Amino acid sequence: MTEMLKKNTRTSITVQLKQGKEIKHNFSLDIDTHLSDPGVVGIFGESGSGKTTFLRSFAGLLKLPSAVISFNDEVWQNDQIFVPTHKRSIGYVFQEDGLLPHLTVQQNLDYAVRRKRKVSMEGLYKKVVSILNIESLLSALPDQLSGGERQRVSIARSLLQQPRILLMDEPLASLDEKRKREILPYLERVSKQFVIPILYVSHSVEEIARLADYVLVFKQGRIVEEGSPNSVFAKENPFIGLSDEVGVVLDGVISAWDEIWELSTVSTDCGDLLIPKAGTVVGTTIRVRILAKDVSLMETPESKSSILNQLSADVLELSRDQNTAMSLVNLRVKSAHLVARISRKSIDQLKIAPGKSLWVQIKAAAVLN
Amino acid sequence: MLTPENMAAIKLSLELAACVTLILLIFGTPLAWWLARSESSWTAPVGAVVALPLVLPPTVLGFYLLLAMGPSGYLGQLTATLGLGTLPFTFSGLVVGSCLYSLPFVVQPIQIAFQSIGNRPLEIAAILGASPIDRFITVALPLAKPGFLTATILGFAHTIGEFGVVLMIGGNIPNETRVVSVQMYDHVEALAYDQAHPLAAAMVLLSFLTLLVLYFYQKVRGRAKTNFGVSI
Repeated sequence: MTEMLKKNTRTSITVQLKQGKEIKHNFSLDIDTHLSDPGVVGIFGESGSGKTTFLRSFAGLLKLPSAVISFNDEVWQNDQIFVPTHKRSIGYVFQEDGLLPHLTVQQNLDYAVRRKRKVSMEGLYKKVVSILNIESLLSALPDQLSGGERQRVSIARSLLQQPRILLMDEPLASLDEKRKREILPYLERVSKQFVIPILYVSHSVEEIARLADYVLVFKQGRIVEEGSPNSVFAKENPFIGLSDEVGVVLDGVISAWDEIWELSTVSTDCGDLLIPKAGTVVGTTIRVRILAKDVSLMETPESKSSILNQLSADVLELSRDQNTAMSLVNLRVKSAHLVARISRKSIDQLKIAPGKSLWVQIKAAAVLN
Repeated sequence: MLTPENMAAIKLSLELAACVTLILLIFGTPLAWWLARSESSWTAPVGAVVALPLVLPPTVLGFYLLLAMGPSGYLGQLTATLGLGTLPFTFSGLVVGSCLYSLPFVVQPIQIAFQSIGNRPLEIAAILGASPIDRFITVALPLAKPGFLTATILGFAHTIGEFGVVLMIGGNIPNETRVVSVQMYDHVEALAYDQAHPLAAAMVLLSFLTLLVLYFYQKVRGRAKTNFGVSI
């Protein structure tokens, strides 16, 4: 499976979009981005920030005047050229209603297979069907499926196209929390097992933190922030505007499992963390998210604390929080960064300033996969 | 029961309706597609022209057609040059007139069906690599099927029921232009009620059976997608 796009030449994407307010009332767009080998690109922003316009333009479903779009060595749109959607090698997963309603699941898959540009890979069909677990749905019509099942079929169908890039427009937004939890692992398997660049649009920090290798933050038709998930989500970000969601994402490996207390030891760049039931299989890689509000600071380690994870840290810098009573403290812990959100009064009492060494307590770490 | 004259009239009506429906389905479908999908500002005037027969008295339409198709009309001169003679008082003339008269009854249900599909299924098909013609055949046509069924039945039934246009441009020639509606009128004019009764009853029965089939089909499909609402 992994060989599917292993010969993955370097990916390079250029998108320039411009749309003045005079064309569409109250909405202007000014995007100029170049991505090179980005892996999974999380496109984050509120509704109306232009992220869907970006994706639809890239797919050719929307033709904005004076746009420039190119993918690898192909120009898809410029002043002279407009490559229609059906000639672009893309997969697209819509937010909902992404299946042809008059065809069964099987016929939907076949519709894609028959029209794809590449010769079929032996066994691809079987593997996609089994990875997305849609074997039992093949004879059903779309309106007989649940929302989550429809999304799984959509994802499977887009993989069978063997596109050179996969676009996903809020694929989980129409689902409730439970269904979301069901689909996320499938998406993760897809991004790991198929070496294919993905543009993933979402307004959920959690989804993006979990899936993305690179993040673009959209606001009012502009890219206002970009970088790795950590660099984007680890600071109080006026563009994200959710101070409760400020935090860091750490990749780690499960190095031990304590059956009695049901605790996993997770080795990360900031040291070993004990996390309840993060996984039982030693060697599994996982991603954890530590929110700033779950990190507290002390001058000395506390031996009589209920909190398991205490690490020594150095203060790098202080930054403001949306809530003026609070402050964000950026810390270095071994080779990683953590962010703590504490009151300004605590900062004064503990005399926290850049360069100071102290201890952090991590109250909770969310395992993202 | 039905006299040979009555039978001939029924046969002629059915032939006329079949011809007209077939022609309208062939030419009305691309027109309906254009009206449903085009962003051109011409869709409004063209749509209004298509809907005209809904509001015009059939005699008005018939009057203009008679002038146009007559020896001194543009259409008449064209058909004469082509060696076809003139169309008034011929079966072909009736077909032309009926096509115009029944146009909205075929175009509008198809247009509404195309509109109700929305963009999404066509976008999906494009993403999956289908060309515009491919999308039209494999997505738009199957999804608009209920609209086509309605269009066929309305077009057919409406052609059978027309009277004013036929009278103006067709006259009353047996086996050529004397269709059921004209035949009925003749019978009643001549006070030949014994002739009129079986013909009228046969038409009621035929119409009822046609609609019955349609409504059963709708019930089987489980949802009333067939749209009788012909909107202007």
